[in-house]
Amino acid sequence: MFAYYLDLALHSLKRNPVLTALMVLAIALGIGASMTTLTVLHVLSGDPLPGRSAHIYYPQIDPADMNGYQPGGEPADQFTWIDGMNLLHAQRADRQALMTGGSVPIQPTQANLDPFYTDARYTTADFFPMFGVPFEYGSAWTAADDEHRTRVAVISRKLNDKLFGGHDSVGQTIRVNDADLRIVGVLDAWRPNPHFYDLYQGTYAEQEDVFVPLTASRDLKLALNGSTDCWGKSTGNQRMLEQASCTWLQFWVQLDTPAQAVAYKQFLVHYSQEQKALGRFQRPPNVRLRDVMQWLAFKKVVPGDVRLQTWLAFGFLLVCLVNTVGLMLAKFLRRSGEIGVRRALGAARRAVFEQLLVEAALVGTAGGIGGLLLALLGLWLVRLQPADYAKLAHLDPMMLGVTFALAIGAALLAGLLPAWRACRVAPALQLKGN
Amino acid sequence: MQILPILSTLRRHKVTAVLIVLEIALTCAIVCNAVFLISQRLQRMDMPSGVAMHELVQVQVSTIGSQPDARARTQEDLAALRRIPGVQAVTLASQVPFTNSSSNTSIELAPTQTQPTLNATLYFGENVPQTFGTRLVAGRYFNADEYVDFEIANNNPKAIPQSSLVVIITRALGQRLWPGENPLGKTIYLGDLTPLRVVGVVAGLIRPSLFWGDNTAQWSLILPLRMTVGQGASYVLRTAPQDRQRVIKAAIAALKKLDPKRVITEKRTLDDVRAEFFQGDRAMTSLLFGVIVALLLVTGLGIVGLASFWVAQRRRTIGVRRALGATRADILHYFQTENFLLATIGIVLGMLLAYGINLLLMLHYELPRMPWMYFPVGALALWLIGQLAVLGPALRASHVPPVVATRTV
Repeated sequence: MFAYYLDLALHSLKRNPVLTALMVLAIALGIGASMTTLTVLHVLSGDPLPGRSAHIYYPQIDPADMNGYQPGGEPADQFTWIDGMNLLHAQRADRQALMTGGSVPIQPTQANLDPFYTDARYTTADFFPMFGVPFEYGSAWTAADDEHRTRVAVISRKLNDKLFGGHDSVGQTIRVNDADLRIVGVLDAWRPNPHFYDLYQGTYAEQEDVFVPLTASRDLKLALNGSTDCWGKSTGNQRMLEQASCTWLQFWVQLDTPAQAVAYKQFLVHYSQEQKALGRFQRPPNVRLRDVMQWLAFKKVVPGDVRLQTWLAFGFLLVCLVNTVGLMLAKFLRRSGEIGVRRALGAARRAVFEQLLVEAALVGTAGGIGGLLLALLGLWLVRLQPADYAKLAHLDPMMLGVTFALAIGAALLAGLLPAWRACRVAPALQLKGN
Repeated sequence: MQILPILSTLRRHKVTAVLIVLEIALTCAIVCNAVFLISQRLQRMDMPSGVAMHELVQVQVSTIGSQPDARARTQEDLAALRRIPGVQAVTLASQVPFTNSSSNTSIELAPTQTQPTLNATLYFGENVPQTFGTRLVAGRYFNADEYVDFEIANNNPKAIPQSSLVVIITRALGQRLWPGENPLGKTIYLGDLTPLRVVGVVAGLIRPSLFWGDNTAQWSLILPLRMTVGQGASYVLRTAPQDRQRVIKAAIAALKKLDPKRVITEKRTLDDVRAEFFQGDRAMTSLLFGVIVALLLVTGLGIVGLASFWVAQRRRTIGVRRALGATRADILHYFQTENFLLATIGIVLGMLLAYGINLLLMLHYELPRMPWMYFPVGALALWLIGQLAVLGPALRASHVPPVVATRTV
């Protein structure tokens, strides 16, 4: 029966090519626009650490002085050196890493390469196992390297390709800001999106090329990048940040069970109380412990413009659907005579209704194909944009499925009312008219 | 025109009429808001900078390792840059407008305040306002003996001599801190309670980043601190607009000649910096424009389709009317009036919807209320599209011969 309906639908669609083309075009435009923006939204609000993010938390404590204090306010979003080091050494979580970002000059030994600047991350040993960072060669440095301020580095695959032609460079040295660092590891391709662990580098920033122990980076006077927030008499001088009342470090912890998370939050409260008793903190304890996705939601990482575009696209799709409903109604009612004959020959109302819906679904499928092509074009246009998230806009299999589901669903929805109206045509009236 | 027969016909085609009205209403609502959003973005992209935008270039150099005798190196650099033909002024500025990286401080009006009054951007560098081309509206620029090395001030703010605790502010900041008063001679306190006396007011100087909202865009201070190379500072050169590319090349050559080991990290005109800063707004504007065009196109084609269907359905009625003496113009006007009526109902509904969407946007996107003049824009566009779309089918209807009335089909 379905094949017969399909045949009928094809016939009917071929009879009014202009009207059919209009309907397909309307659905294709609406679907194309919606899928483009929906894909961008989907990519931008993705999980940077699938399978891991629920166990990775970003603690916050409130170390600032009473100037500007408001009860119930949000605590600082980064750490001072003293607090960061205290919490790191307390080792109350399964894993913990303290970090900040910077920019370093690389001085290649090859004569044909000029010195260049690249982004760097100064961090501690747990960064790599905690975030599940894949290695192509070698491995991460150890906690002992952090302690002994060892001059080692982990480099990205991209930098390894550039400097060592992609060969295993573990054991070789890389010259950074007039100092030699021994390479202990080369990363495999890794680009978490968003750049969740330090949003101040740009929400969708690319992966850093060089990773150096935080302690060694301070010895080598490597330049910092990111946000430094100071209070009291502190000026934010990069060389004196260890003693300063400035927050400039990110601290992440891994807590494998919810019970551990509760306990860790308690620990943060105790720590704040202890520091207040010591006279270092002035504010009452004010702590937060958000997991990765909560942190991203709190920081509102998805650009407002992208949300607005999505609403706009769905408004557009709605107009296209109303348009399609009207056109389908016209199309189906124009065939009242034919429907009357079929009904008079014994076709049930239900059968006519099904037949018309098959036709609607066919229009939806064609619209879906058109919409898919338009979405691919739209995403290509998005990728041409200079925004740093633009390059990530690609259609994945899931969104491909969503495209067709949305297109056929939309066309069926648009076909419901016209099909219902058309199948209620009184056969006698039509036959008499003819 | 006979409105009543049209209304009674429409009552017999309720569903189709409602669909047309609905489509026009939705389109009208979206178009009104999209046009309003476009105007907001255009206005933002036109934001005044307060500096000689088309005459400035930025060149940033970074030294690898520690810079020996940074002060002497800076003086040599500046002298060499000044010698480039066509260069009118040079400064080593701590920050540059529209670069999205800024140093900010909280400001208080009294040292006893527990809540800072506001947060503003700090600009440092010798002759920054003169080079940037800011316009002095009150007081004076800094005297040569007021400048202190940034390094000294940064290491120990207490070491700054009393005579150097002066500041130049923007007019907008003065009006915000002391509404209706003359800011000259007044004192502000930075976050670390350093008191600064206002000696000059400039018409404007935009902050390098606008994280704190566009309404605080002009809250900037200039301090008499002399920068040395490194510390993230950039050379800013002022020259005639047509000389900018040549000056950038000459500046790089001069700086490389003095110290070939250095790496040039930025070389661009301020116009380029500004274009990059507003790229998101520009993209959004063209996208909104595209949506408006597509919407009007879809709506127009939809009306063509439905009107054609209607004409085909009423061929006999049209034939009868023609046979009874209606002229071709009568038939044409009939369909045009019908479309105008539907469009008008749609537009009225669309206005209400547009207002509702605007309220929602105000709630979620910090958008201002839409001025009433945007409503007629949407209305006019929809009336025009409606009339254009119906013209073809209506003309076809007017050509239906009276003889149709005598046929059975």
